[in-house]
Amino acid sequence: MANYPTEQLKCWKKAKELREQYYINFAKAKEKGGLRWSGSAWALDAIPAGLGNDVYSLTGEPYGATIAVDKKFNKECQDAAESYGFARDLCAYMRTYWGSIILNKYPFGGEFPKPDFNFQTQICCSHAKWYQAASKLEHDTPTFFIDVSVGAYKDLTTERLDYVTNQGLEACEWLEKTTGRKFNDELFIEAVKNEMRSTSLWAAICAENKAKPAPLDEKTMYSLYVLATLSKSSKWCADFYQECLDEVKDRVARGIAAVPNERCRVMSDTQPPWGFLKVFRYLEEYGAVSVGSLYTFGLEGIWETKPDGTWGPRTLPWEKGIEMNTREQAMRLYCDWNLSKPQWQHFYDPRIKTEMMKTIVKEWGVDGVMLHLNRGCEGLSIGIMENRLGLAASGVPVMTFEGNMGDEREFDLGRTQNRVDSFMETLGLKRDFAHA
Amino acid sequence: MITAGIDMGSRTVKVVFLEELKVDGAPQLRWGVKGKHIMFPEDLDPDQAADKAFEDALKGAGISRDQITRVVSTGSGRKQVKFANADITEVGAGARGAVFMCPTAKTVVDVGAEEGRGVKANAEGKVVDFAGNEKCAAGAGAFAESMSRALQLSLKDFGEASLRSDKTIPMNAQCTVFAESEVVSLIHSATPKEDIAKAVLDAVASRVCAMVRRVGIEDDVILIGGMVHNPGFVQSLKGALGVDKVHLPDMPEYISALGAALIAADGDA
Repeated sequence: MANYPTEQLKCWKKAKELREQYYINFAKAKEKGGLRWSGSAWALDAIPAGLGNDVYSLTGEPYGATIAVDKKFNKECQDAAESYGFARDLCAYMRTYWGSIILNKYPFGGEFPKPDFNFQTQICCSHAKWYQAASKLEHDTPTFFIDVSVGAYKDLTTERLDYVTNQGLEACEWLEKTTGRKFNDELFIEAVKNEMRSTSLWAAICAENKAKPAPLDEKTMYSLYVLATLSKSSKWCADFYQECLDEVKDRVARGIAAVPNERCRVMSDTQPPWGFLKVFRYLEEYGAVSVGSLYTFGLEGIWETKPDGTWGPRTLPWEKGIEMNTREQAMRLYCDWNLSKPQWQHFYDPRIKTEMMKTIVKEWGVDGVMLHLNRGCEGLSIGIMENRLGLAASGVPVMTFEGNMGDEREFDLGRTQNRVDSFMETLGLKRDFAHA
Repeated sequence: MITAGIDMGSRTVKVVFLEELKVDGAPQLRWGVKGKHIMFPEDLDPDQAADKAFEDALKGAGISRDQITRVVSTGSGRKQVKFANADITEVGAGARGAVFMCPTAKTVVDVGAEEGRGVKANAEGKVVDFAGNEKCAAGAGAFAESMSRALQLSLKDFGEASLRSDKTIPMNAQCTVFAESEVVSLIHSATPKEDIAKAVLDAVASRVCAMVRRVGIEDDVILIGGMVHNPGFVQSLKGALGVDKVHLPDMPEYISALGAALIAADGDA
């Protein structure tokens, strides 16, 4: 059964520690006179970094995913949000976040740490409403939104980039006025560079998974990519990804596999049902490894098409001789960088996403695709059946399963495993073993 | 050689024995059904139900356990059949059995109590693509059963009643719970039962058809599962799929068990 050597990822423990420290730092920010802000994992977080080195964020989606794993507290949050009057079919992360505010409970101990301000981007249909309602629940937390929905990156014009850049510059002034702190351009530029490093390095790590056997499986990748969803503009995040990339390259060089019995490579789509990641371990019983997804690669990873036509990490501006010395220069480059985010493109046309998925299928040697019809996230589920059609038309085997990333009432583990069984049979695989 | 397929469904347990006939040619010539048995487990737990159904089936077929070369289980409770040599999903077993019964079939529509699904199969009865309902009974037999209860009709009368209607009443609800409230509203507005029955079966067929369209409709189409016995549903399904003919196999509720027995004969499950 086991064809390849395997070993635990050395930096995995550090990733867990960094993640936990992030949540503790947010809770304890006030003890040293620091600032707290909240926003999505897609917030342009290098901008608030200009307020100082003692500014800590709480990003909403990973917070919702964290709580989803704690099924009891997750249910309490869902119940609290629904009792308050929020509809059950809204974004699951958003309901969990609101529930945590309503219950005034923080999963890392104590009361919910109220942010000093909310700082949010707007592209997903839920994002602006999320923090508008959160602000109300928190008795009018100041909130700033940046509208980044300017169309697909391939259609970016000077005017569109100006529109986003100018909002970023306006945000700097708003932050000064709201917090009473002076905005530090050096800190901001440093944070922009950190974020570019983090997101390009994450793409480089994902690109290593083109190797056979895959050095990483997607379940492990979730523990790594999460750091970029927490604090992509921090130095600790960028430094961690450099360390991680070095280790993953070493695994590839030595032929170390994530799944020793790798015989088949699949990819997923959208957030998984966080409380049921054992689905990925179930795949391993068939020798199938999930090597990633557009979601895992492109939610935070920034990519570009290389001269040979393959997908790889986006080249950092300073590596191309582009300077970043002023707030205006940095903001413009920063906005351009973010607007190229792969996971922002499908909002405009599902065919863009289908093409990116086909690229992953081809370059990562994917044998089949498992699409999670995620009832908990309208944003990332938009057009998913169009993607299915596009992949199927290209001869890629596809299975779908319904669920919810953060509300277990909408996920059926037994039925999903049954569907995986059927899909594996379709791919001609037989079970190697069964987990106890 | 005699092999066995056992289908542990959500409502019934089905067993099929398949005997090798020592005749060269197509699988339909080489294999014959030696015996079949259906059991409603009622209050038996799954372990006991599988054992009892198998023993009853052996008795009915007049054969002993020693004569069975290999057993493959299928159905939602397939992993609970302890004496099976292997298991296969109901998707794989249904497609295999369906193509055995109708060798020209390329599209298999399987509507049982718990699930409805569309399967695209190749000439060997292997699954090429499939789509099914999830945590929802609106495209499954349980939905029709629930609605027949609301109309206070037996399932048999429910299916036959719908054939007497030529009305098309759209049912807007996708969910069984809300559909039932629509049925109650129709009853209150004195809508004839046959029209309501047709509306319900049209709705089930529409849901099933949406799943089948995901894999593509290609002639020939075969319907398997318990809903084959519901002539009203068959009529509604033909209309929804836009096909003139849907093959209805003999012993439709045994097709997955038959497929499992065929896979047992292959010896590669």
